[in-house]
Amino acid sequence: MQDKLIIAKTKFNSRLIVGTGKYRNMLECAKAIKISGAEIVTVAVRRVNISDKKKPLLMDFIDPKKITYLPNTAGCFNSHEALRTLRLAREIGGWKLVKLEVLGDKKNLFPEMIETLNSTEVLTKEGFKVMVYCNDDPLMAKRLENVGAAAIMPLAAPIGSGLGILNKVNIKIIRNQTKLPLIIDAGLGQASDATIAMELGCDGVLVNTAIAKAKKPFEMAKAFKNAVIAGRQSFLSGRIEKKLMGIPSSPNKGII
Amino acid sequence: MKKKIKIKINGKLKIIDDKTKLSVFLENHKVPLSKVAIELNRKIVDKKKLMQIFLKTNDKLEIVHFIGGG
Repeated sequence: MQDKLIIAKTKFNSRLIVGTGKYRNMLECAKAIKISGAEIVTVAVRRVNISDKKKPLLMDFIDPKKITYLPNTAGCFNSHEALRTLRLAREIGGWKLVKLEVLGDKKNLFPEMIETLNSTEVLTKEGFKVMVYCNDDPLMAKRLENVGAAAIMPLAAPIGSGLGILNKVNIKIIRNQTKLPLIIDAGLGQASDATIAMELGCDGVLVNTAIAKAKKPFEMAKAFKNAVIAGRQSFLSGRIEKKLMGIPSSPNKGII
Repeated sequence: MKKKIKIKINGKLKIIDDKTKLSVFLENHKVPLSKVAIELNRKIVDKKKLMQIFLKTNDKLEIVHFIGGG
C-alpha cells in the first residue's frame, strides 16, 4: 500500500518539509535538501537586490520544477502584510499552495491567531491552498479548518528554539479531531523530535533551523529523513499498550 | 536634455528619465522577469503589460523574488 502525504490533492512521497533559511550558502542549502529527500521547501518573499545583478538566485540552485516551493509569510506581523506577500508570491510563478505565518510577538514569535484566521479565510476565497502555521490550540485548529485551511501546522515550540514538542496532548487532540494534513511546524531540535511528531499521528514535519544550524547539516538532514520514516512506520504499526507493571518476555513455564 | 523624474525602487530613491517604460527599466537592470513579481504603487503588475506602463514621478516600484526562508 502506498503511504503518501496528500496536501490539497497533491501527493508527495516525503513527509519531511524543509526550510531554506539560515544555511551558510545556497549550495549547502541545496545539498541538504537533496539529502533530506524533501519534496516541498519553504521560501521567503523579499526585495530583489537591484544594484547587485550577479547575486545568485534561489531558483538557480533549487529547481521549482523538481521541488515544490511553498511561499511563506515569515516576518509578517499582520494580515495585510501576509496577504500582500502571498499575492506577490503567486504572481512570481502561479503558486497557489502557500504557508501562512502571521506572527504576533517579535521575541517569542508566537502566531497572531486572530489575524491568521482572518487571512486564512480571505486567501482561501481567493483560491489559495493555505497551509497554516498556528499555535497548538485544538479550538483554533478547528476554526482554521472551518474557514478552509488546506493543512494545520501547529508549532512544537517557538520558532528556532529547538525545544521539541512541548504539548503532546494538544497535538494528539488536534490529530484526533481533524482529517486535514497535520504538520508540525517550528521548534524541533533533533531527529527524535520528528519521530515523536510522526508517532503522535502527524502527517509530516517542517524543519529548518535544526538542520541548517546543526554542526553537520548534511548528516542532520539524513537523520531527519530517517526519523520521519521511522516515526511514520511506528505509528502505522500500532504501538503496544502502556502498562504499570512488568510482563516477562520469556515464558515462565519450564524454568529450571 | 531629457526630463528626469524621481521614483522609489524597493524603498530606495532613484532618478530616471521621464517616460521610461517599465519594461525598459527592468531590462536595463537585468531583472529576471520569470523569477520576480512586480508591484507598482501597491498594485501587482501583470507581467504581460510591462510594455504599456510608463513610470511617473513619485512612483513606488517593488520587485520581489524568492529567497531562503523557514
